[in-house]
Amino acid sequence: MFLEVTLQLLDGFKLTLLIFFLTLIGALPLGLLITFGSMSKIKFIKGLTKGFVWVIRGTPLMLQIILVFYGPGLIFKTTGVGRLPAVIIAFIINYACYFSEIYRGGIESISQGQYEAGQVLGMTKTQIFFKIILAQVIKRIIPPMGNEIITLVKDTSLARVVSCVELLKAAQDIVGLKAIIWPIFYIGAFYLLFTGVLTIIFGKIEKKLDYYKG
Amino acid sequence: METVLKVENLRKRFDKEEVLKGVSFDLNKGEVLAIIGSSGGGKTTLLRCLNQLVIPDKGKITVNGDVIFDDELGKENEKNLRTKRLHFGLVFQQFNLFPQYNVFNNLTLAARLLAKENNKKNKGSVEDLKKEYARIDEEAKAILTRVGLKDKMKAYPCELSGGQQQRVAIARALILHPDILCFDEPTSALDPELTGEVLRVIEGLKSSDNTMIIVTHEMEFARRVASKIIFIADGVIEEIGTPEEVFENPQSEKLKNFFNKSVEVIAQN
Repeated sequence: MFLEVTLQLLDGFKLTLLIFFLTLIGALPLGLLITFGSMSKIKFIKGLTKGFVWVIRGTPLMLQIILVFYGPGLIFKTTGVGRLPAVIIAFIINYACYFSEIYRGGIESISQGQYEAGQVLGMTKTQIFFKIILAQVIKRIIPPMGNEIITLVKDTSLARVVSCVELLKAAQDIVGLKAIIWPIFYIGAFYLLFTGVLTIIFGKIEKKLDYYKG
Repeated sequence: METVLKVENLRKRFDKEEVLKGVSFDLNKGEVLAIIGSSGGGKTTLLRCLNQLVIPDKGKITVNGDVIFDDELGKENEKNLRTKRLHFGLVFQQFNLFPQYNVFNNLTLAARLLAKENNKKNKGSVEDLKKEYARIDEEAKAILTRVGLKDKMKAYPCELSGGQQQRVAIARALILHPDILCFDEPTSALDPELTGEVLRVIEGLKSSDNTMIIVTHEMEFARRVASKIIFIADGVIEEIGTPEEVFENPQSEKLKNFFNKSVEVIAQN
């Protein structure tokens, strides 16, 4: 019984991992793009990006998942994108917006002197960003990014709203089908283990970047 | 003597305040110019205009016959701006070393990037580039020896004292061989006991080849090292001359007041 439940839950956990990693792969770079938008000197782009971030951060992720899944069918009478893709799209957009604000905070915390030092040494804007600024930004945003990424682990459970059988849904299904309650508590261990590993990884990264200050 | 720098009628306004109200002067090769004056008088803005960190509103700047700024020519594109900036080196008050790189890499980073760019432009081979990198590395070591920090090559900026950091910053500016090396209050952020080592390095750079501009509050140093002094107040050059002329025989009331105040500050300390 225990083994059988564990195997079923592992299937759900696989989907949880898939949502987690695909979201990171999509949202980490997309967030940077949104950051550049929200820091743009062109007022229109800046306003548009800020408005977009406001809407995404201002509404529940669950609502966004529902909208991405059902929206196309309701509005354009098309078939939509399928459950998992809808979930991934909603997650990537949502998390990119949160990441973008963390990036922005990090970039704006770097002193103007670093840019100027690069400029007087004849470096291009791109070189200054990638060779000087970025590494310092990464060091500064590791703690808040760790927070956000651990939240993402738990947010994956929202995918069940469009019947994606991730870890929590898998447990709920077992509970309903077999009339036992313990699997729902058992999955807590999965989440704890996962976030525990992430905490260790983030601690290691922080330590690795500890060789310099500033 | 060969004129390296010619500044004509330079003006700059920030919002309502005009910080530079038509500044003109020349500088010959090997000269050391000290710019003195009260805070807010426009000294730093002048230096930043020369380095094009601040784009002037009006005027003309020529280095070795190359016009690097002329308000009549309109805005420069980024690429030209970069090349023109390289006529000048700038050492900042706050050092602005790159914290994630060790001393050696702080020196070689920009030089290597420029070498790579030139190699690409001239369609050079990988071997050429490697040779150039090796040359840069050798030069970096030589310059670090010159500023007395050879043994700190592998250290990170956070492991150095303020004086050592500023010496690294000077080395970093030297490796690009600027026509004119500028210092923006190089010792103002340092503890008093650390200013000596930095000033000695700057003094040691004085030669017929090195043209320097130093914005400073160290009057004794300016008097000893500079060949020309400019006193700026309220965005205009009030006095210009040799150290003897300016220090022994100040003409304007503003400069006399400035010296009196400086003496008071020294007395208080």
